[in-house]
Amino acid sequence: MATHTQVSLPLPFLPEGWSAEKDFKAIGSLTAATQRSIEPVGPHFLAHARRARHKRTFSEDDRIQAQENVKKVEDDDAGEISEPEDPMMLSRDAKDWKSQDHYAVLGLSKHRFRATEEQIKRAHRKKVLRHHPDKKAAAGSTEDDSFFKCIQKATEILLDPVKRRQYDSVDEHADVEPPTKKQLKEGKFYKLWSNVFKAEGRFSRVQPVPKFGDENSAQEDVENFYNFFYNFDSWRSFEYQDEDVPDDNENRDQKRHMERKNNNARKKKKNEDVARLRKLVDDAMAGDERIKKFRQAASANKNKKRLEKEAAEKKAIEDAKAAKEAEAKAAKEAEEKAKAEKESGKKAKEAAKTAVKKNRRVLKGSVKDANYFVSGDAPASAIDSVLNDVELVQGKLDAEETAALAGKLNGLKIADEIKGVWSGEVKRLIGAGKIKDGEVKTLA
Amino acid sequence: MAAEGQTTGTAPGERHAIGISFGNSNSSIAYTTTEDKAEVIANEDGDRQIPSILSYVDGEEYNGQQAKQQLIRNSKNTVAYFRDFLGKDFKSIDPSHCHASAHPKEFESTVAFEIQDKEGDERSTVTVSEITTRNLKRLAQSATDFTGKQVNSAVITVPTDFSEKQKEALTKAANDAGLEVLQLIHEPIAALLAYDARPESKVSDKTVVVADLGGTRSDVAVIASRGGMYTILATAHDYEFAGVQMDKVLMDHFAKEFIKWNTTDPRENDRSLAKLKLEAEATKKALSIGTNANFSVESLAEGADFASTINRLRYETIARKIFDGFNRLIEGVVKKAGLDVLEIDEVILSGGTSHTPKIASNMRSIFAESTTILAPSTTPTAINPSELQARGAALQASLIQEYEKEDIEQSTHPAVTTVKHLSNAIGVLSITGDESRGVFTPIISAETAVPARRTIHINSPKDGGDVLVKIVEGGSHIKVTKPEPKPKTNGEKNDGEEDEDEDDSDDDPEDVREKVWKVGNVLAEAAVKGVKKGGKVEVMINVAGDLAVTVTCREVGGKGGVRGNLSAP
Repeated sequence: MATHTQVSLPLPFLPEGWSAEKDFKAIGSLTAATQRSIEPVGPHFLAHARRARHKRTFSEDDRIQAQENVKKVEDDDAGEISEPEDPMMLSRDAKDWKSQDHYAVLGLSKHRFRATEEQIKRAHRKKVLRHHPDKKAAAGSTEDDSFFKCIQKATEILLDPVKRRQYDSVDEHADVEPPTKKQLKEGKFYKLWSNVFKAEGRFSRVQPVPKFGDENSAQEDVENFYNFFYNFDSWRSFEYQDEDVPDDNENRDQKRHMERKNNNARKKKKNEDVARLRKLVDDAMAGDERIKKFRQAASANKNKKRLEKEAAEKKAIEDAKAAKEAEAKAAKEAEEKAKAEKESGKKAKEAAKTAVKKNRRVLKGSVKDANYFVSGDAPASAIDSVLNDVELVQGKLDAEETAALAGKLNGLKIADEIKGVWSGEVKRLIGAGKIKDGEVKTLA
Repeated sequence: MAAEGQTTGTAPGERHAIGISFGNSNSSIAYTTTEDKAEVIANEDGDRQIPSILSYVDGEEYNGQQAKQQLIRNSKNTVAYFRDFLGKDFKSIDPSHCHASAHPKEFESTVAFEIQDKEGDERSTVTVSEITTRNLKRLAQSATDFTGKQVNSAVITVPTDFSEKQKEALTKAANDAGLEVLQLIHEPIAALLAYDARPESKVSDKTVVVADLGGTRSDVAVIASRGGMYTILATAHDYEFAGVQMDKVLMDHFAKEFIKWNTTDPRENDRSLAKLKLEAEATKKALSIGTNANFSVESLAEGADFASTINRLRYETIARKIFDGFNRLIEGVVKKAGLDVLEIDEVILSGGTSHTPKIASNMRSIFAESTTILAPSTTPTAINPSELQARGAALQASLIQEYEKEDIEQSTHPAVTTVKHLSNAIGVLSITGDESRGVFTPIISAETAVPARRTIHINSPKDGGDVLVKIVEGGSHIKVTKPEPKPKTNGEKNDGEEDEDEDDSDDDPEDVREKVWKVGNVLAEAAVKGVKKGGKVEVMINVAGDLAVTVTCREVGGKGGVRGNLSAP
């Protein structure tokens, strides 16, 4: 019994001191039973009879039944044609096979281009078992085998790889419509477009087809995806939609004309398809937030560099300016300094000049004091010669030497001392080569 | 139950089986749709209850409603109410119902009718078996026309008191009609199956009374339905209270009325009587649906037309004796089964007469509030009582038509069907507020066929912990409490009414009757330790065919558990 009765009254507590081996105490046994006859009716009796006849216990029977049920489920799973058959489809005319949905006829409309050959074969077999005209005749219905022909045609096409590709090329049922703006507003951008491109990807010669991804996809993947679809290599062809070429040999021109026409139509359709896909990718890309995100990121990167450069330039200019200013300041300072020095030099010079004049006066005075090295009144000639010599010596002496000489002579009143100083001076000068020996006679 | 003559049945794959309810007054046929739903088939006249009547006019055979009309003008060549004669000798039949049709007569060791069933004046003797064959042929033909496939096998319902000889005769008659009898099933079981096969019904343990109130006889059975297996506990058969008696009441009522205006009694003329009877039956059916019904017969007697009306209340008053008879019959059979009306969970009213609303309302007052009365007037979802048996038969047919003939025979063999049934319920003691006394909760009801397995989930005490599972046998008995001694007011009221009320002593409103469990033998004790707070304990009891018991107790969702065996007695 699958359902268990629920009892809300609680069980009693285990009384203290109650114990038994394995917690179970067998006390009595059932009172004798009455023999009665059960009615051999109903599903539960059949179960009872099954158990009784095979001497199974409940649990064994449960298990065996469960196994049988599991098997049934498996069989059902394998049954591809669990799809309901559309009565409209069943009444199709086999002549109109071009417009028929071959996958639906075989009950494979869920699988479509994904259906394996094995699946197609199995589906075909099952459909044949059900719709074979002999079966229908046996069931008493009219001998209408048009749907059986549909099944045969569908199988013929789907089991031939070339023909199947041609059909898959134009199988609109497998297409996924690109999302409308309204749908996109509700979000699910990635999911909707992903389905579109998954469906488009079936035409690709290159497999596997990159996935559309989601909002977290890496830039590389997204670019890879768009590149793939912009350079899509499609096997899609449109032979299936060709107009029938007359098969008779009579009108060859007509035949060729038709073939040309078909070829052109195919090319045109192919181009249209390429354009369509391109537009699809454009549309997807236009709405793709990831592309915008990546662009923003790239431009942000570029700006950063530019700003850095500008900042560097600005800094350089500022630095240069500062340097220049500093230089100018220094120059100015130097100038001022020089000026001050110059002024102070002038004063010193003047002071030196006066000092020299003074010293020279001292020198001249000293010879005068020494009475020009003559006793008594000195003749004018002697005075001249002495004074000439003094001036000569003076001319050979610079300011300091003059000052030093003046220092030595200052205060001296005695003629000999003065003479000694002068002669010492003259000798020094001769020794220095400044005056020639003999040039200064009076002072030697 | 296999036919002697037919050793090889139809292969299971080629079977196209229907269910046939073959009654004394009416028959019906049903088939199962592809969704495993039983549908009753209407015959070419559009009738789902096809009168079991055959009539011959100039060699042409009529059946059903057309044949019934022949009872007026061609009663000698019209065979009716013949089912119960099948397989019986002339001495043991009750030919009273055939008064107004072809009379049965003794022929060799069986019963036959002398009718003119071929062109010309020659009368031939046709055995009841042959008549049955012809009738079944017509039914099978109707089913074939309806389903579009040749019907070649059937499950046929029979009353519970059908003897082996009768079953044999019926099987043979069906085989002669080109029908392989997959199984003969009992009428009340078929009715129960029709209800249990409804998708909304659950498999449960219940005790059911099936009251099959037909045209000429009433059969009541008490059935223990345990986990979808049915055991008949008691049956009762009654020929005094049935549809024809109700017709009779109406016939008498209107005949008296007719006499008031005319001098003749329509009951004295056969043709008038037949007209009266047909119209009475129609009026009875109309009263089951509406509260008023017309009764009008053209040229009822001596060329005088008659028209009158009757309302339901009047009808219920004049037919009261019959209704009371039904009540007694049903109460009697419950007693015969050793049960009390309180122990009945479900009452199924089956058969054409069950349409009468008064019968259903009587049942309502006999049985407890909790008892389901399955009749059109009490339960809106009830299945048409006239169709129950045919539906049940069709369901059974669809269940077994896949099996080989041999398989069916082996499965219905007494070695398989005769099993031990528990005499007492097995249950567990749980507690209420009163800690000291346990309350018996049944797990397996009494009269359950073994082997049986049941599982229940019982609450543990609020805080969990260790609990004791005490497995005991329990018997139910009816506790009668007399509340206050003031019953006489009601008695006086009764006195004011008609005298008939005195034998209507079945319900005694003063007594409060309730069903209580009496704890019997202790079978075993088991301890389930460490039950979580708010946890539940699952107790599974498995009774083997030899009455050995296996008890498994564990916490719901827990592992392991306690397991113990009780040896067979």
